[in-house]
Amino acid sequence: MFVGGPSISELQKIVRKLRRHVITMTAIAGSGHPGGSLSAADIITALYFTVLRHDPKNPDWQDRDRFVLSKGHAAPILYAALAECDYFPVEELLTLRKLDSRLQGHPDRTLTPGVEMSSGALGQGLSFGIGIALAGKLDSRDYRVYVFLGDGECDEGQVWEAAMAAAHFKVDNLVAIVDRNQQQLDGYCYDIMNLEPLAAKWRAFGWEVLEIDGHDFQQILKAFEKAQEVKGKPTVIIAHTIKGKGVSFMENNIEFHGKAPTPEEAEKALKELE
Amino acid sequence: MVTEVSTREAYGKVLVELGKTNPNIVVLDADLSHSTMTRLFAETFPERFFNCGLAEQNMIGISAGLAASGKTVFASTFAVFASCRCFDQLRMCLSQPKLNVKIVATHGGITVGEDGFSHHSIEDLALFCSLPGFTVVVPADAIETKEAVKIAAGTYGPFYIRLSRPRTPLVYDENYTFTLGKAVTMRPGKDATIIAIGIMVAKALQAAQALAAEGIDCCVINMPTLKPLDEEAIIKAASETGAIIVAEEHLKHGGLGSRVARVVAREKPVPMAFLGIKDAYAKSGKPEELLQRHGLTVKDIRQAVKSLIPKKVFR
Ligand SMILES: Cc1ncc(C[n+]2csc(CCOP(=O)(O)OP(=O)(O)O)c2C)c(N)n1
Repeated sequence: MFVGGPSISELQKIVRKLRRHVITMTAIAGSGHPGGSLSAADIITALYFTVLRHDPKNPDWQDRDRFVLSKGHAAPILYAALAECDYFPVEELLTLRKLDSRLQGHPDRTLTPGVEMSSGALGQGLSFGIGIALAGKLDSRDYRVYVFLGDGECDEGQVWEAAMAAAHFKVDNLVAIVDRNQQQLDGYCYDIMNLEPLAAKWRAFGWEVLEIDGHDFQQILKAFEKAQEVKGKPTVIIAHTIKGKGVSFMENNIEFHGKAPTPEEAEKALKELE
Repeated sequence: MVTEVSTREAYGKVLVELGKTNPNIVVLDADLSHSTMTRLFAETFPERFFNCGLAEQNMIGISAGLAASGKTVFASTFAVFASCRCFDQLRMCLSQPKLNVKIVATHGGITVGEDGFSHHSIEDLALFCSLPGFTVVVPADAIETKEAVKIAAGTYGPFYIRLSRPRTPLVYDENYTFTLGKAVTMRPGKDATIIAIGIMVAKALQAAQALAAEGIDCCVINMPTLKPLDEEAIIKAASETGAIIVAEEHLKHGGLGSRVARVVAREKPVPMAFLGIKDAYAKSGKPEELLQRHGLTVKDIRQAVKSLIPKKVFR
C-alpha cells in the first residue's frame, strides 16, 4: 500500500484540475495535443501525487524516482502535474509553447524543472529509462523508473529493442506504462498498424504484464504496488484508456489528437470538468 | 621504419586504464566489442560493461540514461552505424540534452576496406559536426587516440571520436600532449599549408617531405579537433602561406574541407584544394587500393599542392 498519499476522491479532484489545465493551456497556446494528454491524466496524477518518491524543491535529488514521458506530445499533462506539485508556478502553465517559455511544445530536459528527459521523437524513452535503471543498480540506489509510452509509439522498432534489453538486463526497478487508448495520429491502431496481441508481445519479450483500466485509481495504484514486488524482470502496465477522456466531445475523437480546443470548445470542456 | 599501431587497440587499452582510476566510467557496445576493442574493458570490469546487442539506437538511449544518472559513458560501434543509424537518437538523447556520453567509433572512412560501402563511413563527420554541442575529434594516430580519450573522459559533454580499422603509422611520440580544440603544426612551411585529419596526417607529412626535396616548403597542420575548430590556426596558415590544401578520409562536403573553407572564406580568402571522397560511395578493396582510387595518397597530396601554388595571389 502507498501510505500517506491523497485518498481516491482527492486524486479524482486533483485529476479534474489537471485536465482543466490541459484544456486551458492548449486553448491559450492555440496548439498542442489534448487527446493523449487526457488519456494519460489519471496515471500521471497517481504517479505524481501518490507513487513517486520525489521532492519538487530538489529536482536533482539523486534518490528520486524518475518519470520519463516517452510520448512527449502529452507534455501538457506532465506540466500540469509538475506545476500542481510546485516544481514551478501554476501561472506558468499559460506560457505553454510561447517564445522563451520554459514549457516547450515537447518536454525539454534542459529547461523545465522536473522534466527528466527531452522527448517528442517517439520511441526513445524506454531506452533512456533502462540507462537510469542500470545506473541505479550500479550505485545500489533504490529509486524506481517509470516510462510512459503511447500505443502508437509501440510501432517504433526501438521500443522493442529496449523491451528486449530491459528483460535481458533484468531491470526490475523499471516500469513501463502503455497508454492503450487504441488511437494514434492517423486513426485507430488496428487500422494503422495492428499491435495485438500486445500483452503477449511484452510477455514474450520477458516482461511482467499487468492490464488495467487506466482511468480507475484503485486499479492504477494496485498495479504500481504489484510492480514493486516483481523481481528479476521489468513490468509493463497496459492501461486501457480513452483518448480525450473526461470531455464528451473529445473522447475517442481523433480530431483532438493534435488540435487545441477553440475558445468555445474550451469553455464547454471546462464546464464538463468542473 | 615507421611503427604502425591501431587506434582502436589504443582505445581499448586506455579505457581499461581509465576504468581503474575512475569507477564512474561505464562502457557500452553493440555486439562489436571484439572489433572496437571495448572487450578489454568488458573483461576487466564486467559489471560496468553493457553489451546492448545489435541495437545501436537503443544503446544511445541507454547511454543517455546512464549519463543523466551521473555516469561517464563510452559507447562504441562502427562509425557508420554510430552516425547514420543513430542520428535521431544522437540528436534527441545526447546533443540537445548535452549529456556526458562519448561515442568512440572505430572503422571510420574507407580504409575499412573489403567490407564495402555498407561498412565505410564517409558521412559521419558531417553528421556529427552538425549536432549542436558535440565535440568531434579525429586522432591522427594511436598516441593521439590515447590522449584524446583521456581528455574526453575528463571533459563534460557529448563527444564523437573517430578511429580507424587498420594499423596506422605513428606521427607522435609518447611525450605528446593533446590539447582539445587546438591544431598542431606538424612542420612549419611558407609556400602552402596542408591541413589534415586522421590517417591523412601521416600522408601529408610524407608529401611535405617529398615536396621539400623539390624545393617546395609546405606547412603541415593536424586538426584533431574538428569541432570546435581552431579558427586562429587556420587564419594564421592562410595569412602566412597563402594556399590551403585539406585532406580527409570523408566526403568532400560537410567535413574538414567545408569547415576550414568557411573560416578561410570569411576571414582570409586564399586558394584552396580539397582532397576527399567525391559525391559517391566507395567499393570493396584493400585500404590502400581504395585510397588510391579516391585520390587520397601521398602522391595526390603532392599533386594538389603543386597545382595550387600557381593560383596563389601574390601581393
Ligand atoms: C518518431 C516520430 N514519428 C512521428 C511523430 C508524429 N506523431 C506525434 S504523436 C503521433 C501518434 C502517437 O500515437 P500514440 O503513441 O498512440 O499517442 P497517443 O494516441 O496516446 O497520443 C505521431 C505519429 C513523432 N512525434 N515522432
